This record gives sequence, structure tokens and C-alpha cells, in this order.
Amino acid sequence: MLRVILAEDSVLLRAGLTELLTLGGHRVLAAVGDAPALLEAVGAERPDVVVTDVRMPPGLRDEGLRAALELRARDASLPVLVLSQYVATAYAAQLFTGASAAGLGYLLKDRVGEVTEFLDALERVHGGQTVIDPEVVRVLLAPPAAPDRPLARLTPREREVLALMAEGLNNQALAARLFITEAAVVKHAGSIFTKLDLDPTEGNRRVLAVLAHLRGREAA
Amino acid sequence: MSGSTTPLPPPTVTVWAVARRPWRFLRSWWPWRCWAYLGSGFPLGYAVLVALVLLVGLGVVLAVAGVGLLLLVGAVAGAVPLAELERRRLRWVEPAPVADPHTSLAGAGAAAWLRTRLRERATWREFGYAALLGPVFGAAGLGVLALLAFSLILVVSPVVVWALAPEPVMLIPGRAVAGPLEALGGTAAGLAGLVLAAYAGALIAGAQVKTARLLLGPREEDGRVLELTRSRVRLVEAFEAERRRIERDLHDGAQQQLVALSMTLGLAELRLRGVPEAAEATALVGRGRAEAKLALEQLRDLVRGIHPQVLTDHGLAAAVAEVALRHPVPVTVDLAGLPRLPGPVETTAYFTVTEALANAAKHSGASQVGVAGRVEGDRLTLTITDDGRGGADPGAGAGLAGLADRVAMLQGRLTVSSPVGGPTELRVEVPCSG
Repeated sequence: MLRVILAEDSVLLRAGLTELLTLGGHRVLAAVGDAPALLEAVGAERPDVVVTDVRMPPGLRDEGLRAALELRARDASLPVLVLSQYVATAYAAQLFTGASAAGLGYLLKDRVGEVTEFLDALERVHGGQTVIDPEVVRVLLAPPAAPDRPLARLTPREREVLALMAEGLNNQALAARLFITEAAVVKHAGSIFTKLDLDPTEGNRRVLAVLAHLRGREAA
Repeated sequence: MSGSTTPLPPPTVTVWAVARRPWRFLRSWWPWRCWAYLGSGFPLGYAVLVALVLLVGLGVVLAVAGVGLLLLVGAVAGAVPLAELERRRLRWVEPAPVADPHTSLAGAGAAAWLRTRLRERATWREFGYAALLGPVFGAAGLGVLALLAFSLILVVSPVVVWALAPEPVMLIPGRAVAGPLEALGGTAAGLAGLVLAAYAGALIAGAQVKTARLLLGPREEDGRVLELTRSRVRLVEAFEAERRRIERDLHDGAQQQLVALSMTLGLAELRLRGVPEAAEATALVGRGRAEAKLALEQLRDLVRGIHPQVLTDHGLAAAVAEVALRHPVPVTVDLAGLPRLPGPVETTAYFTVTEALANAAKHSGASQVGVAGRVEGDRLTLTITDDGRGGADPGAGAGLAGLADRVAMLQGRLTVSSPVGGPTELRVEVPCSG
């Protein structure tokens, strides 16, 4: 059971998400409707994981995402799952600008319809993993890539492997999904890291490649 | 956007900006343009001066007879077509056009035309410009031309000395030059003179640009222009506000409802799963959820087309990068270093890029598209280039025409260059002081 603090400005969705989380065996400590209330609620009681919408009052822009960054700045180990209506990679890039991507997630709101997968993603974020919405990853990896993008160097199979990695799948699950051996997954991963100039010994490397790309775009 | 009705800051004088980089300036066409401008301005200026002196002089003398008044009126009214000519001639040395300050009188009779023009302040400013043309700019232009001619003679002096030998040639009065080699000093002085003539030309041409803007262009006190500018800005802002409102309504309404629906269906599916007799119902609920998901995706695309939130939150570069990622043709985006711009400017620029990209994908057969933009002074310049087959007709597409209207409302310019065989270049310039 996870103790969750939820921030979502739509009353309908707030009630729905509370119901969903409760059904999933979790406890909602607080369900709030704007960013300042979220910061206050987390300050009052540290939850196991925070779930927040991107767009929230008072400004109806990206207050929720900013609140998430603020919470991480205060407590770098606090797991936060951000729910968004936007596929735009700029938001994901904004979320992953911090020092560590461990225990951070960016999911499209559509995913709440896939109840099991959503609850699974929540637990993975709580477990310190990084979750990036498959749709965002798909946009980033979609061919044809402009020739100046490092991802253009990847083979279609490597893109596929990278996309599943970014969803947070481990080697075993990945091998099962693609009907290949774990050894082949390891080989593909090595090739991806080499092509994207990433240090394969770094921790939490599952999503490093996608993150590097997101950050590269943010810097551009 | 409350600052949008304040007047735009004075635009830069192009020739002066160019002249700040001497090496590029001297190798460019700019010195030639200035000389041609001043060279043609000199005879024109003096012809105008003579005409003015005659008309005004005779007019004053004959004023008692009544005919004189006609001559005086003619002198003032004549400044109107002269000013039109001067606004056109100014394009030789200044790419940014000076707008016609007069009220449109298409179809009006001669009497009505004269009555209106004489009442307009712009006409009197143009009359003042006409009076300056000969004595000030004509004289200065003559000076530059004389310097230019003298410098050219000095440059070729070794040849002259060589050709005329043994006749003595004097570069400095009273002292004959011994031979062509000694005349090389004259060449050096001539080259320096040419540089001086180029800079003097740029200086005077630039001063004339400034004067023309002041006297030949529209002024906000002309009322009409101010009112038009305000109503244009209001229109652009109204568009903008409406789009945002629709986006917000869809986001807060339909999108949230659909997310809630798909969540409810997801929960229902979860409960029915594992109940053997409900297998059929489970499948139906699953289908409903898939349909809700599809509707959400379509709605998201629609909302992005109306007003992409990423444009508001992250600016033009991020929003264009997003479009580029989804584009079927590889797009290279170079908008790095673009600052955040006023809302209407960013929106117009964004939709220009999306329209250009859509055209490139649909019609051009391009294999590569480039989007580049920068802000210089107070203008945003955007270029969208593709390597397709060209031949795009800017008049044909309703999309392009609509964009040109939007750009024009911001007092910007949209130009399309698309020779058959390509490449196609779409260029937008918008003043970005909001």
C-alpha cells in the first residue's frame, strides 16, 4: 500500500483518480486542486508518492509541473508521477532537468484508462525507476529523424528496444515483449549507448538515452 | 498586451547599419546604390527647386490677380506626386518601405482630391520635403558625386600620365608629375577618396531616409493611421483570445470528461475480468475504452491545431521543434537563442511555420526542410526553406493568403519565392515590439 498525495484541478478526475488509487489498494492522504495546496499538503505529511497534473490553477499553465520540480528540489528522493494532457516533449524535458531522474514519471492522462498499467507505473516510480510515456517516446523516436539528430544513427530494432527501455521495462520483460533473448537485449543496449555516446556503467541507464535526448532538446 | 497601442520604436536605417561593417559594406552594392540614389536625386532636386521658385515666386507676385493663388496651390499639390516618387526611389537605399500617409481617394474627382489633400497635414510635410530636396540633399549629393569623380580621376592618374607623356601632368597645381610611378601616390589618394565617397554617400543617403520617414511617412497624429493600427491590434488580440478560450474550454471540458470516461471503463473492465460469464461484456467495455482513447487522441490533435499550449509555456522554438518531430519530411530547426516574443507574434510565426511545413509535405516533394529565425533590432525574421520542386503560387492557397493577412495585421511582411524547379523559400518579417 502506498500513501499518495494527489493534485488535479478537475473535480471529476480528482474523484475518479482517488477511487482508482483506493481500488488499487493505496491510500490517498490528500487530494488537492492547485499547486500551492499541493506544496502545503506534502509539507504537512510526506507521502510515498505524489501524483500531479501539469496544468493547474492559479495560472492554468504548467504550475503542477513546476510544483513537482519544487518538491524534488526540497526532497530529491520524493517519487513524483506527473500526469499530462500534452504529448509535447518540451514538458517531459522540463521535468527531467534535475540532477536525478530516479523516481520520476511523465505519463499522458489517457493512461489512467489502462488501470493495471497505470498502477504498475505508479509502483515503478515509487520503486525509484523512471517512467516516460510510450507516446512521448514514440514521437521522439519516430522516423524520419532529421539528419542532425543523434537518434538517426539507431537501427529500427534499436529504436524499438530504446522505446521499451524508456517505458521502464527490464531486460527480461523486454526480451519477452520482443521475442528475443536477454543476451540480444544486452547487445542492442550496448550498441545504443555507444551510438549515443552514453556511459554504459552509469546507474539507471534504462532511460538514459531518451533522457539525454530530451535534455539535448531542452538545451537547444 | 496593453503596450501594443504605443507607437513602434523608430526602425533602424539599413544603410547605416550596413556601413558599420566597413569590409562588407565596401565590397557590397551599397556604395553603388547610395551613389545612384544621390546621383539621381541631384538633378531631380534642382528641377524641383527651380519649379518651386518659379511657382511660388510668380504665385506671390500674381496673388493679387487670383492666378497667383492657383500657382501656389499647384506648388503645394505637386508635392503629393513628388512624394510618391520619392517614397519609391527610397527603396534603392532602404528595404523597409515608407507607407503612404494619405487617405485613399480612389474614384474621387479632381476637386475633391485637391480639397482633401490640401487639408491633410501630410501634404504640407511633403511640401516641406520638396523644399529641402534641392538645397540640402541635392547639394550634398553633388558634393559626394564631385568627390567620387575626383577620386576616380586620381585612381587612374598613372594611366593618364603615361598616355599623355611627354606632356606634363599636374596633380598638384604648379608641380608636374615626373612619370606614371610617381602618380601612384595619386592612386592611393584616389582610393582613400573612394572610401570617403562611399561613407559620405551612406551618411547622406541614411540622413535622407530618416528625413523621408519623418516627412513622407504616416504619423500617428494623422488619426486614421493610429485608429487603424489600434483596430488591427485589437483584431489580432481578439483572434488570439478566442483561440485560447476555445482551447481552455476543450481542455477543461471535453478532454477531462473523456479521460474520466476512459477511467470508468477501465475500472469496469478490471471488475469484469475473471468473471467467466461476462466475457462478452468485458470485450465490449474494452472496445469502448479503445474508442474513448482514440477520441482523446483526435481531440488532442484538434486542440493543438487551435492553440498549442507548449507555445504559451515554452515559446516558439519548443513548439516548432515539436511540429518538426511529427513532420513526415526531415526538418532542421534553427531557432536557438530566440527570446520569448509577444503572444500574437509567436502565434502568427508558429502558424506560418506549420502552414509552410504542411505545404512542403503536401505539394513540394521536398526531402529536407529548414526553419531558421532570428531577432534583429525589433524585427523577427523567419525563413522556411525546402528543397522541393518549387512553383508554389502564393495566391492559390487559401492558407498562405490567410497567413499573409495575419502577418500584415502585425505590420509585417510575408514573401514567397518559389521558382519552378525550387527551392521554395517563405520569409516572414514581423515587428516584435508588443
